[in-house]
Amino acid sequence: MKQERTPIMLAKNITKVYPGTTALKDVDFEVFPGCVNVLVGENGAGKSTLMKILAGIEKPTKGEIFLEGKKITLHNTREASDLGVSIIHQELNMFPDMKVSDNMFAGNEISRFGVVDRREQYKKAREVLERLQQDIDPGEIMRNLRVGQQQVVEIAKTMLQKELKVLIMDEPTSSLSQAEVEVLFKLIEDLKAQGIAIIYISHRLEEVIRIGDVITILRDGERVANANISDIDIHWIIEQMVGHTKLSIEKPPYKGEKQELLKVENFCLPRLCGGYTVDHVSFTLHKGEVLGIYGLMGAGRTELVESLMGLHPESSGNIVLDGEPITKPSVCDQIARGMVIVPEDRQKDGLVQTMSIADNATLTSIPRFTHNGVIDKQASRNAVDVVVEEMQVKVADVRHLITSLSGGNQQKVVIGKCVMAKPKVFIMDEPSRGIDVGAKTDIFRLMRGFAADGMGVIFVGSELKELISVCDRILVMSNGLLTADLSGDEITEDALVKASAAALKTGKSA
Amino acid sequence: MEHKKTIKGNASLGMLLLKGRTFIALALLVIYFSFSAPNFMEWSSIVLLVKHASLYGLLAIGMTMVIITGGIDLSVGAVVGLSAMIAGGLMTEGIRLPFIAGTIYPNVPLILLIVCLMAIFVGLVSGALIAKVRVPAFIATLGAMYVCRGFAMLRSGGATFPNLFGKKELGNIGFDIIGAGSLVGIPYIIIVFIVLAIIASFIMKKTPLGNQIYAVGGNERAAVISGIKTVRVKLFVYMFSGFCAALAGIIKASELRAAHPATGESWEMIAISSVVLGGTSMSGGVGSIGGTIIGVLVITVLNDGMIMMGVSTFWQMVIKGVVIIAAVIIDLVQKDLQNKAALAARIK
Repeated sequence: MKQERTPIMLAKNITKVYPGTTALKDVDFEVFPGCVNVLVGENGAGKSTLMKILAGIEKPTKGEIFLEGKKITLHNTREASDLGVSIIHQELNMFPDMKVSDNMFAGNEISRFGVVDRREQYKKAREVLERLQQDIDPGEIMRNLRVGQQQVVEIAKTMLQKELKVLIMDEPTSSLSQAEVEVLFKLIEDLKAQGIAIIYISHRLEEVIRIGDVITILRDGERVANANISDIDIHWIIEQMVGHTKLSIEKPPYKGEKQELLKVENFCLPRLCGGYTVDHVSFTLHKGEVLGIYGLMGAGRTELVESLMGLHPESSGNIVLDGEPITKPSVCDQIARGMVIVPEDRQKDGLVQTMSIADNATLTSIPRFTHNGVIDKQASRNAVDVVVEEMQVKVADVRHLITSLSGGNQQKVVIGKCVMAKPKVFIMDEPSRGIDVGAKTDIFRLMRGFAADGMGVIFVGSELKELISVCDRILVMSNGLLTADLSGDEITEDALVKASAAALKTGKSA
Repeated sequence: MEHKKTIKGNASLGMLLLKGRTFIALALLVIYFSFSAPNFMEWSSIVLLVKHASLYGLLAIGMTMVIITGGIDLSVGAVVGLSAMIAGGLMTEGIRLPFIAGTIYPNVPLILLIVCLMAIFVGLVSGALIAKVRVPAFIATLGAMYVCRGFAMLRSGGATFPNLFGKKELGNIGFDIIGAGSLVGIPYIIIVFIVLAIIASFIMKKTPLGNQIYAVGGNERAAVISGIKTVRVKLFVYMFSGFCAALAGIIKASELRAAHPATGESWEMIAISSVVLGGTSMSGGVGSIGGTIIGVLVITVLNDGMIMMGVSTFWQMVIKGVVIIAAVIIDLVQKDLQNKAALAARIK
């Protein structure tokens, strides 16, 4: 792809102002046909906003969009898809209880005299799926498909249009297994060969390098760089994305075995349809250490820590927490014993959106501030102030709603809530997801601080660099199995990646 | 109200008017009716109005807690009827003892205790179905509604227990005092309501339980992960709601000196309307007892005012329906504005 190309879609001087913030500043973006046009940037860099504007979901405050040289104005996704621009969201928009073919034609049903022609829909759906070389029965109920297959159906849906020109994919691989990613990549190659322009948004830079043709990097709402992928490497991308701020965490040298805090033996979480999500896992956690758990999506990391916390009653295995054997963990008991968790999904599991910052922070520890059945508001307020200070949460007033904070600060409140429960074992499941670099660094410093105070910290993560720079030891899970327990010099990116794929080869179903 | 106050931000006059809307609506209604309905501002009609409001208010208080947890209790009207019938039955027929072929007549305090325990038990069953078996609240309490109404009918075969004065020789006099008596000119009904409102408000604002009720409704999963015993919280609110309904049933039967099995029919709808008018979110997590009290006053003023003006009952229904929907629309508008303000405040 050395020759001059003409973009099929062109966004010029796009500016998007939200009340109080500018998400995009004079951004230009070219989309080339038959190419994978990669768009990367930190969270909050403006990727999603730009993509929403191209797909007609949002209107730019300023700027113009051209499609095949003609200026277009989009008012909604329908107009965009009529012009051949479609989007596949990170969270799939589907009707899980409807058939595949009905999903594909939802909103665009083929009808004759006002009656849906299901036979015709079925036929067309099968044609498209065959064209994509996918063995999916259009008559199958959507829910019964694997996530990867559901995504294929979404893609197939966009292919039903007469003329698909631009396909926007937002983090398409975030919930796929390795095998499913391969299928998706093959599909992308096919689409490219048909001359369709793909806009590919992803955090996984290894993938970006593999699949991408051209790359555009956004930082703080501005376009900072673009290049042909063949000319650059991952380090260059990271440099462009974060500017020159680096994660600098002070980590004391690893001192080897210390006092045992948590011992887990033969821990299992059975899967509904047979097999194990967590497959006979055994490990120990020591006082004063940060223990990382690495693995690909679906490796069972989250399920493991959730089960330890008592969130999956069907789990089994031995847990010894600070010398006390636990048979049937329940959340309340585990918290009382000193185990807390910062859940993976902050919005769904971490926050009570309708409550204030202070009320969220005291959710777990409220009994401590209760005297004779009445909450001592002053005492709880003071404790909240201390924690807010300690966590460096940027707040105007702790009585404001939690939703008034940015993602990073919300996360710090969730961590603060756990700190207020005075934990011994501090589990953090993807604590750095969806927050900016500054807040990430703060959170990693806090983790090291907790360890220095004698807690045992479990850090579940999927960013290699983060894990390596924070953890003393790293466990690797693959397909429910524990495949590595690395410490000190053994921790290398290669070793982690290798171990994370170790169990995928044996199990065909991945 | 406390949870609403948290988003003060840069409250403009418009926002202030929006937030105090239920109160303003109440004031406007009172002014309007005092001009257009003769006798509206007379002391006797005011007392009567507050008595009405108190009766519905009892149900609405329990309902507020239930709705804040994200649930609903459709059974309260039927529990009112069942409570009235059990009280009436115990007054008139007593408890038949099968072995000594005799009948004992419990005294009034004991009757009240039995009735309240029965209603709390109904709440316990609904709550257990909802929290433990995970039957949707709408269905569980709909079922409880039919069961309770059915038992209320069965108690007397659909007939009324009249003349609930009790007999001196049976030691069960005094039942009628609850509905008719007063303390320094304030009817007992109103006092019961005020006391219950204070207790409920105290629970919601000052105790961990109240905090947990808001948390469960705001985000149940986050509450679970934070170590809140959500099952207990839910059991409590349905039991409390049952207790409130028992009080209303006893008071109604005492006031009428008769228990009729259809007592309380569709009162659950009045209670739900009051709660919604008072600014409590049907999706849970947001609301207050104070708001509900204003809500129930609005409904009662509207109701009694229209009756005094001689508006036809059919039009009354239409107007009430429109008012409730309008209130919810204004609520949604306010939320949109608040979200925008919050967004603006988030990023300087």
